[in-house]
Amino acid sequence: MSLEYTSSEMMSVTAARALENGMTCFVGIGLPSEAANLARLTHAPDVVLIYESGTLQTKPDTLPLSIGDGELCESALTTVAVPEMFRYWLQGGKVSVGFLGTAQIDRFANLNTTLIGDYKAPKVRLPGGGGAPEIATNAGEVFITLKHSKRAFVKDVDFVTTLGFGRDGKGRDNVPNIGKGPTRVITDLCVMKPDPETKELVVVSLHPGVTREDVIDATGWEIRFAEQLESTPEPNENELTILRELKARTERAHAGE
Amino acid sequence: MAEFLSLHDAVARYVQDGATVAMEGFTHLIPFAAGHEVIRQKKRDLTLIRMTPDIIYDQMIGAGCAKKVIFSWGGNPGVGSLHRLRDAVEKGWPRKIEILEHSHAAMACAFEAGAAGLPLAVFRGYIGSELPSVNDQIKFIECPFTGERLAAVPSVRPDVSIIHAQRADRQGNVLVEGIVGVQKEAVLAAKHSIVTVEEIVDDLGATPNACVIPSWAISAVAVAEKGALPSYTHGYYGRSNRFYKEWDAIARDRDTFTQWLDENVYSKGEKR
Repeated sequence: MSLEYTSSEMMSVTAARALENGMTCFVGIGLPSEAANLARLTHAPDVVLIYESGTLQTKPDTLPLSIGDGELCESALTTVAVPEMFRYWLQGGKVSVGFLGTAQIDRFANLNTTLIGDYKAPKVRLPGGGGAPEIATNAGEVFITLKHSKRAFVKDVDFVTTLGFGRDGKGRDNVPNIGKGPTRVITDLCVMKPDPETKELVVVSLHPGVTREDVIDATGWEIRFAEQLESTPEPNENELTILRELKARTERAHAGE
Repeated sequence: MAEFLSLHDAVARYVQDGATVAMEGFTHLIPFAAGHEVIRQKKRDLTLIRMTPDIIYDQMIGAGCAKKVIFSWGGNPGVGSLHRLRDAVEKGWPRKIEILEHSHAAMACAFEAGAAGLPLAVFRGYIGSELPSVNDQIKFIECPFTGERLAAVPSVRPDVSIIHAQRADRQGNVLVEGIVGVQKEAVLAAKHSIVTVEEIVDDLGATPNACVIPSWAISAVAVAEKGALPSYTHGYYGRSNRFYKEWDAIARDRDTFTQWLDENVYSKGEKR
C-alpha cells in the first residue's frame, strides 16, 4: 500500500538517503539541514553533522532557524571558533560531504547565491556566498538540494558564487587539492547526477508520479535523461513519521520566543 | 587595562565618524545594544565589517550610519533578505553604500590574520568562483614551496571592534562562551575594542581552555544587560526567532522601519 506524502517530503527523504552512516557532513541551513538531520534520526545515526558556526558533531532536537542557533551548540560534541572550522576542519580535509542549497543552479551545477541580473545594477540582491564557495571545493563531494523550477534551474547562472564544474564543465580539471564537486542534485521532482564526461547534469531518477515532461517544463535548459532512468524509491512510514515530528517540533520551537 | 565605561561613553570615545568598525558575533552574541547606541549617536560614514550583517547592520544601514559594508553573507538567517541592505544597494536609500563581499572562509581567515598581525591571509579558496571578478581585494598567489595557487585577502584591522560577551570580572577580563565565532580575533585585530557584557562578576568561572580575553587586550568594557537581543547569550537568554521573523515586515517598508527606529532606538537609551 502506498503512503500519502508531499513532493517536499519526497525531496527531503531522498536527500536524507543520500547521506551514509559514518559520513562527515558540512551542513547548509534550510533544506540541507532538514535532510541531514532526518538522515541522522533514521538510517544514519552516526553521521557527523558540522555547521559553519563552529558546532562540531551536533545533534539538534529541532531544526535551527539560523546557522548559529543555541540548540546547535548545546547538542554539539564541541564548538570551535569559526576560523578553526574553516581552516582545520574544512580546508584540512576532514569533511567528506558538503550539503548545500542554492537560489540558482545551472547545467554544470554552478551555484548562484549572489544576485539576479547584473552585478552593478542587480535586479535582486541575494545574501551572498557564505560558506559555500569553500565548502564546494574543500569537501570530498557535494550534494545539492532545492525545489525544481525554471527560475532556479537555468542554463547559465547569472553569477558563479560557488563552483560546480565551471562555465564549460572543466572548472575542476587539473586543480590540485580539490574535491569531486557536486555528485548529485536532489529536487522535488527527480535526482540528477553530472555526466561523467561532460559534467552536465543528467536526470538519473524520477520521483513516483513525476513525468519527463514535468522535469523538462521546470528546467531552463534541454535537460537530458539517463538511458536507464530509474524510479526513486518512495519514503517509508518511519521516515515520514520522523520527518513530520521533526518539523512539528521545529515549528513549535520557532513560534515561541 | 580595560576601562569600565557606560555604553554611551564607550561608543562616543571609540567610534568616530568615518571609522572602520567590526561588530562581530556569529548569530550568537550579536552586540545589538552597542549597534543601537551607534545609531543614537548618529555616527556617519562608517565602514562596517561583519561576516553576517544580520539585522544589526540592516538597522545601522537603514539609519544611515554606513558608507561601506564588508561581509560574506547578508541575509536574515532562515527568514530571507535584509531589506534595508537591499534598499541601500539597489535604490540608494537612505544613502548609496558600497559593498565588498567575500566568502566566510576568506573573512574568518582575514580576522585571524588581523589578530596575528599579518598583512594578509592565505587560504585554499575562491576556486572557480566569480567573486574575485567583483572584489579587487581578492588575489591569488603561488605557494613558494609547492607552487600551488592559493587565495589571498588583506587582513581585517578595524579601527574599533565591538563584541558582546557573557561576563567580565572586576579587572575587566572577559569570558566568551558558546558559539564564539570570530569575536576574539576581532578584538585582537582592532586598534580599539569595546566589549559589552551581561554582568560583572567576582569570578569568571572559566575552565582552563575557555575563551577568555584578558583585560589588557580590551579598551573598554560596558555593561549591557540583554545586550544581544534579539540574538542570544548562551546561558542567559535565548534567541528571539519571533523577532527575526517580524523584522522582515518591519524592514520591508521605509516608513515602518523609520517608525520602528524612532520607537525602539532613538527614544530609548541608557540614563547617563
